[in-house]
Amino acid sequence: MKGILKIAYKLLVNDKGKFAALLVGITFAVFLMVMMTSMFAGILHRSSATVLNVGAKVWVMDPAVNTPANTIPLPDYVLDAVRSINGVKYAVPLYSAGALVKLRSGVYQSVTVIGLDDASLYGRPELIEGRIEDIYAENAFVVVKDSEFPKLDNPRIGTEFELNDHRGVIVGIARVSTGSLFGVPTLYTTYNRALQYIPSTRFTTAFILIEPKSGDAVSNIKAQVAALGYEALTKKEFIQKTSNFYKYQTGIGTNVLIMTVISFIVGLSISGQTFYTFILENLDKFGALKAIGAKGKELVFMILFQATFTSLAGYGLGIGLASLVITVAKLRLPSYAAMITYSSLGFAFVMVLIIAGISSYIGVRKVLRIEPFDIFRG
Amino acid sequence: MAELAMRATELVKWFGEGETKTVAVHEISFDAWFGEMLFIEGPSGSGKTTLLSLISGILRPNSGTVMVEGQDLWAMTSDRIADFRLNKVGFVFQDYHLFPRLTTVENVAIPLILKRLDWNESINEAMKYLEIVGIKDRALLPPVKLSGGEQQRVAIARAIASRPDILIFDEPTASLDGDTGRRILEFVKKNILNEKRCIIIVTHDSRIFEYADRIIKMEDGRITGIEQGGEREE
Ligand SMILES: Nc1ncnc2c1ncn2[C@@H]1O[C@H](COP(=O)(O)OP(=O)(O)O)[C@@H](O)[C@H]1O
Ligand SMILES: [Mg+2]
Repeated sequence: MKGILKIAYKLLVNDKGKFAALLVGITFAVFLMVMMTSMFAGILHRSSATVLNVGAKVWVMDPAVNTPANTIPLPDYVLDAVRSINGVKYAVPLYSAGALVKLRSGVYQSVTVIGLDDASLYGRPELIEGRIEDIYAENAFVVVKDSEFPKLDNPRIGTEFELNDHRGVIVGIARVSTGSLFGVPTLYTTYNRALQYIPSTRFTTAFILIEPKSGDAVSNIKAQVAALGYEALTKKEFIQKTSNFYKYQTGIGTNVLIMTVISFIVGLSISGQTFYTFILENLDKFGALKAIGAKGKELVFMILFQATFTSLAGYGLGIGLASLVITVAKLRLPSYAAMITYSSLGFAFVMVLIIAGISSYIGVRKVLRIEPFDIFRG
Repeated sequence: MAELAMRATELVKWFGEGETKTVAVHEISFDAWFGEMLFIEGPSGSGKTTLLSLISGILRPNSGTVMVEGQDLWAMTSDRIADFRLNKVGFVFQDYHLFPRLTTVENVAIPLILKRLDWNESINEAMKYLEIVGIKDRALLPPVKLSGGEQQRVAIARAIASRPDILIFDEPTASLDGDTGRRILEFVKKNILNEKRCIIIVTHDSRIFEYADRIIKMEDGRITGIEQGGEREE
């Protein structure tokens, strides 16, 4: 069979124009599909930035909360009730709200302020400059150095600003794993200072973060919190809930899905059409092979090989191109959200196999039907 | 007496149905012998190509039998018929049907590759056949770079590469000038024909009848006569 495949390979690749057209079609389709799904994956990932960065194992919230960005304050008694649940090692409140910062230049910039429990600083970020204890100093804030950092005029330790008419000063610069989706910089401070600086409603806790005694305790905790009329989600569940919200309850999911389907159809039609033309124009070659003594299954094998080879090559090129574009885009636009995930690679791979399958199916039907006699009768 | 290479009995082939039905081959029977150059002659449209296809396992007749080595060709499974095409007959098509994307030697190697020889072996073997037909120096060129006569030789090399018992030519001189046509026939008779091989040539080119051992005359799908060829002419 190896020799036969080599023939198939040469018939395919030596026809440079057609082969290039086939590659372009599949590369383009893969590129679009990977871009779409990567963009979506990036958006979903960033929408859970707070959950990932704070990193608590269990989150308590109002059941109506869909994402870490839209919080519903929890009454104070919930914290005490949660602390007394069996299996809770400790539970701390987390403050999270938007605020306006006036920079030294006089420019206003909105920010997200996260207030960490004063006693434990549970969920604190990793500092790359400054010391975390300084967060207890007067007016102290820690700024996150993410893609939004420059919007605060690249502050340094000691940089001052105004937050709702209160003086604020940067005491540390932190690194977090995931940048935010909404294009606003993030400041960390203590829970109590956040309350002082930002006007609040009666209740102030955005989330209660729980460290369970063990993994087994989680289900009991969830049940007890549910009995209080609230919801306790593990980190993973909260991320999932956030993703589902963006996927199914905003326009983003549907639009990305439609774009992905369109790129699939475009790719399929370009490469399917080109492959079909390739087969048609080589029909007399396949007829001649048949007349010389090639069996049906050998011809099928050749076509499958040609379709698979082209598809895999196009897949590789498409992914390479997508990675290149995403990398370049990230260098130029730090907040560019796209992220190539294994699932989008897998998805594109399955789609490419479907393209290859459909194209070769059409080719195989055509080739098995040819009568060599009709071709060389002259 | 020579051995029987092939026996066709009452072969019938028609195309179309009803109004448009054309009977291309009408109850044709003949024998072909090893060691002979058998010509089939007749005007265009008389059913020659159709007949060649019936006896070479390319086109299934509506009725009649083709016996080769005591076996009924058209009673075999399609895979065995493919094997027959690969191993027993070599067909030189009228338009050669060479593969323009492959080199000349790769073209000749195709039947060997189909026979599952490995690639290098096939190429080496194909080289020998190119040498036999005298165009070894053209091995690495694509066939389109070759002249008509050279392409004809490539087609012959490909047809004989699988060492068939029966070699079939459809109008071998139709697209060649008279001299080249005669040289090819001369060459075939001298170098390709042997005691264990039968060569069947369809033509209406009377200039090459001198190479025939026998000539079957066809008209409208029927045999109108069988003549002895060769020296008798002119
Ligand atoms: N596939 C086909 N469909 C319909 N008619 C055909 C087909 N093939 C051959 N014929 C007809 O059969 C007759 C014999 O054709 P052919 O064998 O090609 O003749 P020759 O080779 O002697 O010129 C012609 O009348 C031709 O039109
Ligand atoms: Mg003909």
